[in-house]
Amino acid sequence: MQVTSSVRTPLITGGKTVHDVTEDICRQVEGKPSKSWLLGMGMALTAFGIGFIAVAATLWEGIGMWGLNKTVGWAWDITNFVWWVGIGHAGTLISAVLLLFRQKWRMAINRAAEAMTIFAVICAAMFPVLHMGRPWLGAYWALPLPNTFGSLWVNFNSPLLWDVFAISTYFSVSLVFWYIGLVPDFATIRDRATGVRKKIYGALSLGWNGAAKAWSRYESVSLILAGLATPLVLSVHTIVSFDFATSVIPGWHTTIFPPYFVAGAIFSGFAMVLTLMLVTRKLFKLEDYITIEHIGLMNIVITITGSIVGIAYITEFFVAWYSGVPAEQYAFFNRMQGPYWWAYWSMMTCNVISPQLFWFKKIRTNIAATFIISIIVNIGMWFERFVIIVTSLHRDYLPSSWAMFYPTVYDMGVYLFTFGLFFTAFLLFAKFFPVVNMAEIKSIVKSSSEKQTA
Amino acid sequence: MKENQKTYWKGIEQLTNEPSFVKNAEKEFPEYLPINENGEGSSNRRDFLKLMGFGIAAASLAACEAPVRKAIPYLNKPVDVDPSIPNYYASTYVNGGDAVSVVVKTREGRPIKIEGNKFSSMTKGGTNAQVEASVLSLYDKERLVGPKKAGSKIDWETLDKEVIAKLGEISAKGGQIRIVSNSVLSPTTKRAIGEFTANYPTAQHISYDSSSAYGISEGNRRSFGTSMVPSYDFSKAKTIVSVGADFLGTWISPIEFTKQYSQTRKISAEHREMSRHYQFESNLSLTGANADYRTGIRPSQAGPLVAAIYNGIAAKAGQAKVSGGNAGDIAHLTAAINELWTNRGAGLVVSGSNDPVVQVLVNGINAMLGNYGATINVNAPLHFRQGDDQAMSSFVKDTNAGLIGAVIFFNCNPVYDSADGKALQAGLAKVSLKISTSDRMDETAALADYVAPDHHYLEQWNDVELRTGHFSLVQPTIAPLFSTRQAPETFLKWSGKTVEYYTYLQDNWRENFFTKQTDTSNFQTFWDKTLFDGVFETGGNSQAYTFDFSAVPAAATSIAQNYKSNGTGLELALYEKVTIGNGSMANNPWLQEASDPITKTTWDNYLTVSQAQAEEWGIKMDDGTTEKVTLSVGNTSVSLPVLIQPGQAAGTVGLALGYGRTSAGRVGNEVGVNAYPFITKLNGANVYDVFAGVSVEKTGESYRIAQTQTHQTYMGRANVIQESTLGEYKKDTKAGREYPLIYKEGEYIKPSKITLWKGHEYNNHHWGLAIDMNSCTGCAACTVACQAENNIPVVGKEEVLNRREMAWIRIDRYYSSDAPVDDLKALEKASENPEVTFQPMMCQHCNNAPCETVCPVAATTHSTEGLNQMTYNRCIGTRYCANNCPYKVRRFNWFKYHDNTKFDKNLSMNNDLGKMVLNPDVTVRARGVMEKCSMCVQRIQAGKLAAKREDRRPKDGEINMACASACPADAIIFGDLNDKNSRISQALKIQEKEDGQGATERVVEEDRAYHVLEEINVNPNVWYFTKIRNKEKQSTEA
Repeated sequence: MQVTSSVRTPLITGGKTVHDVTEDICRQVEGKPSKSWLLGMGMALTAFGIGFIAVAATLWEGIGMWGLNKTVGWAWDITNFVWWVGIGHAGTLISAVLLLFRQKWRMAINRAAEAMTIFAVICAAMFPVLHMGRPWLGAYWALPLPNTFGSLWVNFNSPLLWDVFAISTYFSVSLVFWYIGLVPDFATIRDRATGVRKKIYGALSLGWNGAAKAWSRYESVSLILAGLATPLVLSVHTIVSFDFATSVIPGWHTTIFPPYFVAGAIFSGFAMVLTLMLVTRKLFKLEDYITIEHIGLMNIVITITGSIVGIAYITEFFVAWYSGVPAEQYAFFNRMQGPYWWAYWSMMTCNVISPQLFWFKKIRTNIAATFIISIIVNIGMWFERFVIIVTSLHRDYLPSSWAMFYPTVYDMGVYLFTFGLFFTAFLLFAKFFPVVNMAEIKSIVKSSSEKQTA
Repeated sequence: MKENQKTYWKGIEQLTNEPSFVKNAEKEFPEYLPINENGEGSSNRRDFLKLMGFGIAAASLAACEAPVRKAIPYLNKPVDVDPSIPNYYASTYVNGGDAVSVVVKTREGRPIKIEGNKFSSMTKGGTNAQVEASVLSLYDKERLVGPKKAGSKIDWETLDKEVIAKLGEISAKGGQIRIVSNSVLSPTTKRAIGEFTANYPTAQHISYDSSSAYGISEGNRRSFGTSMVPSYDFSKAKTIVSVGADFLGTWISPIEFTKQYSQTRKISAEHREMSRHYQFESNLSLTGANADYRTGIRPSQAGPLVAAIYNGIAAKAGQAKVSGGNAGDIAHLTAAINELWTNRGAGLVVSGSNDPVVQVLVNGINAMLGNYGATINVNAPLHFRQGDDQAMSSFVKDTNAGLIGAVIFFNCNPVYDSADGKALQAGLAKVSLKISTSDRMDETAALADYVAPDHHYLEQWNDVELRTGHFSLVQPTIAPLFSTRQAPETFLKWSGKTVEYYTYLQDNWRENFFTKQTDTSNFQTFWDKTLFDGVFETGGNSQAYTFDFSAVPAAATSIAQNYKSNGTGLELALYEKVTIGNGSMANNPWLQEASDPITKTTWDNYLTVSQAQAEEWGIKMDDGTTEKVTLSVGNTSVSLPVLIQPGQAAGTVGLALGYGRTSAGRVGNEVGVNAYPFITKLNGANVYDVFAGVSVEKTGESYRIAQTQTHQTYMGRANVIQESTLGEYKKDTKAGREYPLIYKEGEYIKPSKITLWKGHEYNNHHWGLAIDMNSCTGCAACTVACQAENNIPVVGKEEVLNRREMAWIRIDRYYSSDAPVDDLKALEKASENPEVTFQPMMCQHCNNAPCETVCPVAATTHSTEGLNQMTYNRCIGTRYCANNCPYKVRRFNWFKYHDNTKFDKNLSMNNDLGKMVLNPDVTVRARGVMEKCSMCVQRIQAGKLAAKREDRRPKDGEINMACASACPADAIIFGDLNDKNSRISQALKIQEKEDGQGATERVVEEDRAYHVLEEINVNPNVWYFTKIRNKEKQSTEA
């Protein structure tokens, strides 16, 4: 065990004992669903249901239900896809990278962040399938499966195919990582439970017995998975950015995209984690585990990544000017002054200006401010993808084909569907799974906990 | 055979004919069947349930409409019909006063595509949008399936009996009988009508044209003593001055004129000359868009302007001047006069005015310039417009006066498309017998007592005299689909002649035309040869005409009286659209959805208003969203949307005819507003301009016009449009060219020198296209030809508004802008009177195709012959290829467009009759797949197979794309770049050169040829030739 200096601010407040941790976290799992939970679930299911109508209409009638056209072939679909993938970045970053960097403050938030990652990636994965003209074929033709069509094979040159690999790898690793982490906690719940619950949690805990050997293996697996997941954090959004960067469309064809997208993803992911954590913390009374300290640290990450994103925006403009390519220059002129200027300036305000407020400690440690800014950042990041996708496409090379994109209720409905899906899944997780990693938290109760005052 | 037929007996009892056998022999089951075995003979509960069960099952089975999937081989195969092998028949497109020699492609007995007839010396293989679309009208479900009496079915025999009785009755009482038609081009039909009028002495034949040229024929009567519309030869004209004549789009014989005109616009390093074209007009017409100098004038200035040209020439020719009103200060007028004088005998002045006096002065100008005999031929007048406006007017008056006893509307719809439609409608109530031969219940037929529907032109035998001495045969390419009868045969029948029209036609030819040739003495040989060629020419007449100057002063006086332009007030100029024409084919969805070459709109007409005027009214147009206004002239007013039209002359508004049909069919009804009631009268002729009393009021109502292109200018992008002037080109054939260079390691190099790609090897063919933007007039014939050839769906107005039209080839129309190239906002606004450039745009078949790399399932790939090919079956519809296409030519099937009631305007894919027009060689695409120009790969394949069967290489020109084949301006050249002698290789001046590293490289030496967006090095197989205007200097920067 490491020794933590006493001058460090404690990671757990309220003088919690190991038993307190178990009680505090298991309370949600074992108790009856609260009213606020039921209300949230009701809202999530409503969104899911309404959204499902839009999804069903799209599948039944065709992509024409959306507002896309001959010029703008992707809009809300891929915007939402990249947005959700971006959100799905924080979980792995927090669990894997911070684990490798031995940042203990991650322990309180990594479970929920990873859950969020998994649900966000599921939501993201809806779009590549739903946006296809023929998803019933595309869902498996996009995979390099042996087939009886002769020598028919996927096109390994296509960034969309790389996406398939990137997302599926990321999803599997994240899922395994998350589940492995859950095993000891499931065992804790199992040991406290009776009846059917005991059976279910027993099955979920895969026969965990808490033996030293089991812990040792658990730690090695965590480390290995963290090592595997770390490059994925960088690779997923790098590859997503290739969808654009490898194209010939001005505004897409940009070499800065990989780092810029990764920074943006962490930026939005952290913001989403904050949004969710602040609510969970309040509802589940986890103020002692997710402290102001955590929030402050995450806000710092947001400021850093937000600044990287801001610099990337400016760099794009500089490169457009420096390249001397008129089409490129027009694309960026059009972002600022074209018909979609409002989207561009929304993005700039939300992503570049708002996180700079976190330079002030007062704002950084203010829960309400953090909550508002975290939502603003996510709105801004949605606009960033919208700006990149729609404003680049709607006015590219031949002015004859310039067109506007107007979303329909079905575009919105499908987006709503993913929200419904996400929150339904997240609320189920919050209710039935331990939202904080008890096992890990217990390991730092001694070293990093606030001493009991009473 | 007979003796081989043996008889087999069922048994010995049949042979012996036993009574018991004979009794039961006819029954299905000769033996006794134990059906009602339960004694009493009445049915019980079980039987009831059984029967009910069977009944319900049978009823529900019968309710399931089992798709009919018959594949019946020919028992006796027709000699000429081989499954999958197309047959071609020369015929003639006839629609009202329009006729074009065509070749009809049929597959398994179904006409599926119309091509131009190359043997015709007039149109030389060219077509236009209407000709191309006409094949779909054949399969229009809303055609009448048989004769009608007062709206209900009747058979031909009864109809004939009743009509003959009634006609006889009216005739006996001395009642007047009229046959009303558009210009009748067929000499044999005219003869049949002659028989009819001979049989009924009170009968008269009256013809009118919805777009009348009565002014020209009347003007010529005053100038030469004969009513006629002469033929013109634009190919010989070095200076062309047109006052409001849209001769490339809609005026008299646009395909022929485009063919001629385009010859004067083809330039090369060896031939650096082209005609200069001045256009004075109010609306921006297709012709005006192609002019070198275009001046906007008020319609009321047209007369004085012609008088001013007359005076200008008269001054030089030493003739007397006339006082024809004051045209005011008109730009380019003096230059035009001077040039006309310099090019005496090689110039041409035409006017679209239908005022006879204006035409008299135009004739005077051409006479003074010596253009008669050079560019105008009065000895071979065109027959397309023979309508007599005065006769038609007096006919309408007569109906209202109750003087007409019977009227037969022969394939015309005057209630809708004549100037006096309303008066005629009222007058018809007083006519006791009204008959129509329309193919549908149109506005006029709906008022008729009897409708005796005529065949579609693809179902009939006929002949056409396009101009004096130039004949073209109409031959059927399919048996009549419905119980229709050819109108002239009907007339013959009603005249008491029971002769088949085919025989009548042949007899007429034997008597009148066979004798005019000396090639053969055998009529059958002559007939077969004419039928094969489709055309037969005897040459014009040899009458001597001299221009009579005595009519000129009176004409000038009339102009001075009628054309008083004070420069204020609004004037209205009616026009026809290149696509929809006079509205007779309004129920043809291909035409409704064909994008207007100038406004790029579909499915509508609108008030065209200049930018300045719109600003004055406070009307903005953004992305097709505009406002509705009320246009009133006298008592007539309509509510219609405004379209802001750069180039619209100040103080004028324009409105297209041919819309606002109420009985055209589900496609054409209620599309736009009817502009025919706005036609005015001047000097006895219908005039399509309103000089005074035009008022426009804003309604504030918002409206969206469905445009396929909403951005007007090319934003100064030289990588898209490269243009220059003739003066510059004469000095340097590279004029207007832009050569992008890319900086790499200290030097600037050509984009083609930097590439990730290994390139493709084309060992057999390498197909390519060369498009001459100088000869392309933007007429949209290619777009409709492609639609017919490639089974392109019609998506309807709503989907065009959603920017989802499916055209594989579109014509990008760009206006120039007055703004400096670096003012990106101001560049979006077109000039008040812009220069116009047309750029046909289709899949560029890039050798480094951006679409091919990004498809995750390799559904779009490169062929070994340079084609970028699309595999619909494999496509999963990610649309990544369309996004990554720099030319935005890929089209996505957003919905299922076939067999879908939501797209019932897509006639060719939504009913069994309409589906007959589909090209069986081209897949009808499923929902959710991407599609685009295939370079007519089915034609390439067919051509290669034909050559292979004959053990030879395909010959250049043998394979042609639908667009290239339709083009009346020969602006598109398709061919094999690997063949050094092909037209495309010659046009591009392709040379093999050493690249310095031992390999040879193909170099395009033609200076005018460029790749659109060369700097991204996608290396297309489509080249564009710079646009060169015959101007002194480029008017604007961009």
